[in-house]
Amino acid sequence: MADIAIRAVRKSYGKTPTLHGIDLAFASGEFVVILGPSGCGKSTLLRMIAGLEEITAGEIAINGRVVNRLEPRERGCAMVFQNYALYPHMTVAGNIGYALKVAGVPKAERLRRIEETAKIVGLVDYLDRKPAALSGGQRQRVAMARAIIREPNVFLFDEPLSNLDAKLRVTMRAEIRKLHQRLSATSIFVTHDQVEAMTLADKLVVMNKGVVEQVGQPLDIYHRPASIFVASFIGSPAMNLFDAHISVHDACLAFGGTKMPIEKALAARLGERHVTVGIRPEQCVVASEARGIAMKVDFVEELGSGRVIHSELGGQPFAACIDEETHVRPGDRIALELPLAHLHVFDRETGRRIELEFEPRSGRGATKRQMLEAV
Amino acid sequence: MIQRTPFANALTYGVMVFGFLLLIGPFVVIMSGASQTFQQVNAIPFSFLPQDRLLENMSAAWTRASLGTAMLNSFVMASLVTVGKVALSALTAFAIVFFRTPLKGFFFWMVFITLMLPLEVRVVPTYAVAADLFQPVRLLISAVTGFEVSVDWNLLNSYAGLTLPLIATATGTFLYRQFYLTLPDELAEAARMDGSGPIRFFIDMLLPLSRTNMLALTTIMFVYGWNQYLWPLLMVTDPEYKTTMMSLVALLPSDNGTPDWNVTLAGSLIIMLPPLIVVAVLQRWFVRGLVATEK
Amino acid sequence: MDKRAAFRSWWLPSLFALPQIILILLFFYWPAVAVLRWAFTLEPPFGGAAEFVGLANFQEVFADPLYWNSVGVSLAFALCGTLATIFIGLVLALAVDRQLPGSAPFRFLYILPYAIAGPAAGMAFRFILSPERGLMASVNAAFPDFWNPAKYGSHALILVIVVFAWKWAGYTFIFLLAGLQSVPRSLIEAAAMDGCGPIRRAVDIQIPMLAPTLFFLLVIMMTEGFVGADTYGIVARTTDGGPNHGTDVMVYRIVEEAFRGLNYSGASAQSLVLIGLIMVFTFIQFRFIERQVHYK
Repeated sequence: MADIAIRAVRKSYGKTPTLHGIDLAFASGEFVVILGPSGCGKSTLLRMIAGLEEITAGEIAINGRVVNRLEPRERGCAMVFQNYALYPHMTVAGNIGYALKVAGVPKAERLRRIEETAKIVGLVDYLDRKPAALSGGQRQRVAMARAIIREPNVFLFDEPLSNLDAKLRVTMRAEIRKLHQRLSATSIFVTHDQVEAMTLADKLVVMNKGVVEQVGQPLDIYHRPASIFVASFIGSPAMNLFDAHISVHDACLAFGGTKMPIEKALAARLGERHVTVGIRPEQCVVASEARGIAMKVDFVEELGSGRVIHSELGGQPFAACIDEETHVRPGDRIALELPLAHLHVFDRETGRRIELEFEPRSGRGATKRQMLEAV
Repeated sequence: MIQRTPFANALTYGVMVFGFLLLIGPFVVIMSGASQTFQQVNAIPFSFLPQDRLLENMSAAWTRASLGTAMLNSFVMASLVTVGKVALSALTAFAIVFFRTPLKGFFFWMVFITLMLPLEVRVVPTYAVAADLFQPVRLLISAVTGFEVSVDWNLLNSYAGLTLPLIATATGTFLYRQFYLTLPDELAEAARMDGSGPIRFFIDMLLPLSRTNMLALTTIMFVYGWNQYLWPLLMVTDPEYKTTMMSLVALLPSDNGTPDWNVTLAGSLIIMLPPLIVVAVLQRWFVRGLVATEK
Repeated sequence: MDKRAAFRSWWLPSLFALPQIILILLFFYWPAVAVLRWAFTLEPPFGGAAEFVGLANFQEVFADPLYWNSVGVSLAFALCGTLATIFIGLVLALAVDRQLPGSAPFRFLYILPYAIAGPAAGMAFRFILSPERGLMASVNAAFPDFWNPAKYGSHALILVIVVFAWKWAGYTFIFLLAGLQSVPRSLIEAAAMDGCGPIRRAVDIQIPMLAPTLFFLLVIMMTEGFVGADTYGIVARTTDGGPNHGTDVMVYRIVEEAFRGLNYSGASAQSLVLIGLIMVFTFIQFRFIERQVHYK
């Protein structure tokens, strides 16, 4: 159990900066997921916590102790690698127990703990096998057992599920979550898969281009993305984003040939400006021609539980989720209502979120607290 | 693929059989010749039929060229070259690949350049060094302190002299380097996370993982060491240190003596046998080693 | 190429590399410098003060017709030997690569000559292709004086080339077979669909795809022919450089000059020329390999 503080951490390779000042704080026992596209610096950050990469500037503290100059073995972290990095010439037992062997733990004690750990991950029957004779899921378990046996303060996961097939990924996801509940060690999990991130995280960190875009609980981030990047990265199908104009005179939001009336006070507060407006496909509502915006359906994706229709709004692609009762065919016209409460408005220059309401909605308090905690 | 190409197939078999005659034929001639009597071996036309005198001819060759000592010396020399080469290559490549040090590039190029000059073109001065090993040290001392020190140590007529200069090249180092580079980065990282330091990592991970690599290098180095000709010729004057390649001369019938080529061929057969066995038995490793060292 | 996460230490790698570095310094760099020094000085072998003579050693070497003879012999030896080994290796590799039933043992057998030391092979061929016995005696009996490497320099040169080709054909075979096996199977199948027979496929598809390997072997074998360990051994044990300097290749001449003629300076000057030649070969090879990497 350990808390982790990351203060103004930067990383450059030669003259190329990859991380531009990261500030984060993780509480003891928290399951943190760092989410971002490839190349955003999330793995680099993880490897800096592990001690595998040097820290260019700033500091990382585990349990209050600055670890910048410490060797990986001195930090009390265990890591599960993307390709598992199992030692190919050692048996499963050898792999799991290697850290103890290096630490000079007596053989009897070592065997007992290997056995114990193998039980946790369900590998007792495979202890004598070599990694090459294991399936993908079993290898994954060996990698986890190798981390568990050391009873580390911090678990580090570097995209550990990305080499598994879709079905196994779901199973292993659940197992990792269960394991965390059982061991309750601080865990940091790096992934580019937003579903993994949403399902696993106590706290979600969204990164892009070497900066932290948003930190918070998964649902908060889903409902209140702090930037255009977060809005487009989280949620599937992706959020519809389109250009709009706020008109103070008309007290409306103008986009794609329609005008959506808004409160005069709100319009006055926001001021006359160009913005980017977003709405999630699942929050569009099928409505009558009078209330909704009419669009022509280009094509329909069947999901079984519902369907996604693809259309165009103001020349930009637009998707909406409709239930299985509503039947549409390509070429049909459909009217969609975009509820104001579900609209996300972003500054077009900075890409940051613009709040439409003064009153925080439920859950916002938590977000704020966590944001403060994080900084 | 369904293929019905009788002409091309016949040609293919023809080529393969022709290649067999060309490349294996000489072995057949050597073996038949070595098993014949003095009259049979000199007969015209030559008879390819093996006779029953192989062992007699071999033992005659064995005494004539004192092959006992020579075989032993060659074996020791080839083994030392092999062991030295494998050990040093593994260590040097480890230093070059797995460390981040400013000296890394220096080591790399220093070793790399040795690929360019085979022993044959620098054989004269290398011989001079081996004949007077402390010359560089002496020069250094006299340059620094001004004193002339007279320490003499030469490597002539010694196993060290036979082997050390042959070990001082880069081929094995590059075989190991290539192998180390194919290992995933995460392997070293996982070991570091597990608390292993560099020496531990070398012993626990690299040595067991490089077993096949080691076997490949061992086969080609043994053959290389056994087949050395020029270097032993220069280093050895004492018959006690003669290697098999040097005994070839003693096997040759003298110009005016009896042309007992049957004994000569039997002797060369003995000398050819060890590397031939290594290549035949360990061919898989040998081929792998060859392809890997050159690329 | 670099490993991402390496160990950090400067003394440990130095310690690991030290034995190799010491040996290389002693037996490679020191002699290499000595070659340079000797090539530009004149010194009595084993002692005596060396005297700087500039290019005099080179002038002397270049003025000697026997030197130019050895250059010509070496060139003929390396070129013919290289072409012969590559041709034999290529034809055999193409045949074995078809994987017809029964071809597996051939693949094993063709490599065996490579295990034999040049000098040992040379001795055996002295008998096999001797004018008085072995295989050529019958030919000589029918056509007197048709073949006599002890008498004719050109015959002797052919003899050493044959030994070289015999030993090294298996080596080129290995590389060419490996090259053929890396040609994508789909390419062969596409050609078969286009109506090519096996021979046509070999000429139109497989050999062009082998161009990198062929080029690589050309450089390797030329280097081997000029300065290879076996070249000296083959010449020394088969023909002794004769008759009448007919097989006096450059390496052989250097060693003879140094250890029989005790002319270190002349030998060093010749070595230096050879070293220059090898550096050109190596440079070509690396330029080429570099380019190949870019293409991949």
